Amino acid sequence: MKIGVVTFPGTLDDRDAQRAVRIAGATAVPLWHADANLHKVDAVVLPGGFSYGDYLRCGAIAAQAPVTEAIVKAANGGLPVLGICNGFQVLVESHLLPGGLIRNEAQHFICRDQKLRVENIDTPWTNQFELNQEITIPLKNGEGGYIATDETLKRLEGEGLVAFRYLDGNPNGSMNDIAGLRNERGNVVGLMPHPEHAVEPGFGPDTAVAMRSGIDGLKFFTSVINALVNA
Amino acid sequence: MALFKKKKTEFVPSGVDTTANAAITPEKDQPYALLGLKDDEYARIREILGRRPTSSELAMYSVMWSEHCSYKSSKIYLRQFGEKVTDEMKKHLMVGMGENAGVVDIGEGWAVTFKVESHNHPSYIEPFQGAATGVGGIVRDILTMGARPIAVMDQLRFGAPENPDTARVVHGVVDGISFYGNCLGLPNIGGETVFDKVYQGNPLVNALSVGALRHEDLKLAKASNPGDLVILFGARTGADGIGGVSVLASETFDSTGPSRRPAVQVGDPFAEKVLIECCLELYHAQVVAGIQDLGGAGISCATSELASNGGAGMRVQLQHVLKRDESLTPEEILMSESQERMMGIVPKKHLKAFEAIVNKWEVEYAVIGEVINEDRLYINWGEEEIVNVPPRTVAHDGPVYERPVAYPAYQDALNANNVHVAANGNGLHRHNDNGSELAAQFVQIISSPNQADKGWITDQYDRYVGGNTALAQPDDSGMVRVSEETGLGISIATDANGRYCQLDPYQGAKLALAEAYRNVAVGGAKPMAVTNCLNFGSPENPEVMWQFKQATAGLADGCLELGIPVTGGNVSFYNQTGDVAIHPTPVVGVLGVIDDVARRIPSGWQDEGHNIYLLGTTKDELDGSVWSEVVHGHLGGRPPVVDLSFEKQLAEAIAAASEQGLLASAHDLSEAGLAQAVAECSFRFNMGARIWLNEICERDGVDRTSALFSESTGRVLVSVGREDDVKFVGLCEARGIPVLRIGVTDNSGTLEIQDVAGWQLSDLRAAHKGTLAELFAN
Amino acid sequence: MPKIIVEVMPKEVLLDPQGKAVANSLHRTGHKDITAVRIGKRIELHFDRPVTEADVADAQKIGESFLSNAVIEDVVSVTVEDN
Repeated sequence: MKIGVVTFPGTLDDRDAQRAVRIAGATAVPLWHADANLHKVDAVVLPGGFSYGDYLRCGAIAAQAPVTEAIVKAANGGLPVLGICNGFQVLVESHLLPGGLIRNEAQHFICRDQKLRVENIDTPWTNQFELNQEITIPLKNGEGGYIATDETLKRLEGEGLVAFRYLDGNPNGSMNDIAGLRNERGNVVGLMPHPEHAVEPGFGPDTAVAMRSGIDGLKFFTSVINALVNA
Repeated sequence: MALFKKKKTEFVPSGVDTTANAAITPEKDQPYALLGLKDDEYARIREILGRRPTSSELAMYSVMWSEHCSYKSSKIYLRQFGEKVTDEMKKHLMVGMGENAGVVDIGEGWAVTFKVESHNHPSYIEPFQGAATGVGGIVRDILTMGARPIAVMDQLRFGAPENPDTARVVHGVVDGISFYGNCLGLPNIGGETVFDKVYQGNPLVNALSVGALRHEDLKLAKASNPGDLVILFGARTGADGIGGVSVLASETFDSTGPSRRPAVQVGDPFAEKVLIECCLELYHAQVVAGIQDLGGAGISCATSELASNGGAGMRVQLQHVLKRDESLTPEEILMSESQERMMGIVPKKHLKAFEAIVNKWEVEYAVIGEVINEDRLYINWGEEEIVNVPPRTVAHDGPVYERPVAYPAYQDALNANNVHVAANGNGLHRHNDNGSELAAQFVQIISSPNQADKGWITDQYDRYVGGNTALAQPDDSGMVRVSEETGLGISIATDANGRYCQLDPYQGAKLALAEAYRNVAVGGAKPMAVTNCLNFGSPENPEVMWQFKQATAGLADGCLELGIPVTGGNVSFYNQTGDVAIHPTPVVGVLGVIDDVARRIPSGWQDEGHNIYLLGTTKDELDGSVWSEVVHGHLGGRPPVVDLSFEKQLAEAIAAASEQGLLASAHDLSEAGLAQAVAECSFRFNMGARIWLNEICERDGVDRTSALFSESTGRVLVSVGREDDVKFVGLCEARGIPVLRIGVTDNSGTLEIQDVAGWQLSDLRAAHKGTLAELFAN
Repeated sequence: MPKIIVEVMPKEVLLDPQGKAVANSLHRTGHKDITAVRIGKRIELHFDRPVTEADVADAQKIGESFLSNAVIEDVVSVTVEDN
């Protein structure tokens, strides 16, 4: 099982995403922004960071990169793609997911352990969750406010494409408390919070049991392995 | 190399001040005083060169001989950090003081390098860029040692919270650190934030970075092999931070031209992130002999230091420097503090490989010179020689001063005015018998800006990136894993208490050391090494110089007593407004090592029904305390006594108890004493407790005010599961550590201090958490 | 050097948190008559030759496809500046 993890200049959480892939039991394959070759990976993670400095708009320049063009093409053919934080922004900028992400309502970066509700489990990235399961994974972004037109929002809600919703407080002013989306086909999922930072006991969010023991994020990665095995 | 080939075309002088011109115009008036050089310093430069300096040389000497670069006032005191050491202390030191950053062997073939640096003055002028570029600078320092930066921290001091200008500085500084630090992919694992009106016009913005490397990857920034190429790479050179040299530019050019040079630097964290990855790849491919960062004093510093460190010389063609602004003069290029630039020393045979890597990262570069086998730094502007100096005289043989020192006139009166005689001889009022008054003080203190939760600030920083953060704010120290295979990790805590240092700088520095040491120990790590950032007023004030002398002696003596070496540091002088200096603020950072971060000790209570023990004894030590400041607005007397041999014993006892798995949590007692520790232990995981003070009062002979708020050193609050009680108490007694059971945890959602008060944890937490947001959000 | 100026604004119907924050601050400092603030971008495309009609058309296209995100932003003007 080979899962590609993309590095753009300015990507930060690529090594973390690679570690998450390994902990889940797959092989992480580094993909480089300037290389359109996807090296026959079975799925792709677009990790967090500040690709190209987030200049112009978050994810806008990365959406033009050779590797992104290849990913868009493959995603349209059904390749599972997960965009985390800046990766979500790239997905939105490359129109694999609708809407846009703007500056947090509070006008500054926010890092906290965030509770979410998983509202769609019919995707290769969420099939190991239970419907409406509440999970806690870290959130850390400056531009995480999800916005879309009323029409788009209506469609997203009507078709059940909202995959994750913020609980216990909307951290960034996202419309309808939207934390993450899936596409119609279900193979493309994007979210602002960071599952790859809740995969290893000792380094995740605090839980009621022990400090930093939260590993709710691991299921994103075991889900995709499960989906690929059963494909 | 076509760098220095004479062109055959007709020679047209460019108007720059050449060495040839300097030799024939000895009487030319030079603005050395405006550049900060004293008469005798200027005379010495003329003596070294045997002629007057060119304007470029004058620019280089003036910046490299500045207090900031040359440490001319502090050098004679900093030497003791290298002298007051034993062989045992040096055992784990791979690189000591004097390099960009010290390097400590932490075992398993790993080493770490860490350093803290000030960016105080720029952060007052332009808080956002000042703080941002402060982070950028310290991270590049770490990089030059061949290390991958793995974490950052920051130590901040602001003016009074209610002063309107404080909000400007707080917002700028926090935004700047957040903007720059978060873009680098380095977790921010903690730091300090202190408000005091003494910092009103002089905020302190200190930034710390730590990096990890394999032993064999250690690099030293030096140019020692003749023929190696000198390559400037990274951002282009622009007119950043060269306000000072415009005086030179206006000499050679029409004064309406380049005189509008900004004094601030602007940072580009994206460029820095790319530069980090690019440098690490260059090291890995072994195509560079060394890399020096360009910070203060830019190319002047990098060229002279690389050559001086390597015992060689250098020939540089300044016109090859890639510029953002073509109107820059040679003097300005030499002094520019444009950020995100590096100077690499590259053997010729590796040039192709070097180019391939920098091209991959889309980093611009220019070959600007080569290393030569001669004790000389030659810099050309086109065909004309504008610098011809022995590099050591610029980089390392600057002036050294033994400044006058005077015991402060105010000191005796300040020390005499202790909490027992203040308030017209009545002593600061204590409400020992009045539970509700004590309870009110408790809440007032834990919600005061300095003791309140710093989440409003730290939640703007990424503490997760890297996936190795084991402890971070609000824990006592920041801890990161270094080896994913074994769990080997490091932790860092920094501390400084300006109020204590004002009362007694010698003792104050030791207290900062003791607290940082204890903070590392309670996290479960073994303290190994020390770094510092010494923030003081003007060295030209003999009373400030006395404070500096005392503080450095206290720190050096303290390190010797604890047996951990100082690996490096930074001095920031001139932190004063008019004649009024800040409190002496020697920030002390202690590095600890833990063989498996999985064994780290939580800083708060997690389990119900655990016994709470206070280790150490409590004295009536409220002079300089938070209680005296927040409740009474008082500063006077003598700071707490510190017993470093006991601190060492205490740290060893914690380590032993942790190894046997006896400790459920450990939290250091320092500012605001037991009150603060109890509050933080309960807030950390939302676990309540019942605490009693009577046994502390009886055993130690102190009143309830002292039991709650005294800042006696050598104390730690721990929680222990009932099954480990006997073993734990036995361990403490066997090691001579005073141990007293003062409470028990419970899951009632309340914190009760017997005969004082009982609070809903949610109410207390709201008071503790709300303060900074109320002051600064919006 | 002639340049083409592309101005991009957040869509009127959508929230502009930056503009909102600035407006709030202006209201606090007494500028009550300012009813709203919106913050956009000015992007300059520089040329070292005269600008043609085709360049302007191209700039409009770049503006809509890359310099702005049509989901959240509009290109409100494309103008030529000569100096």
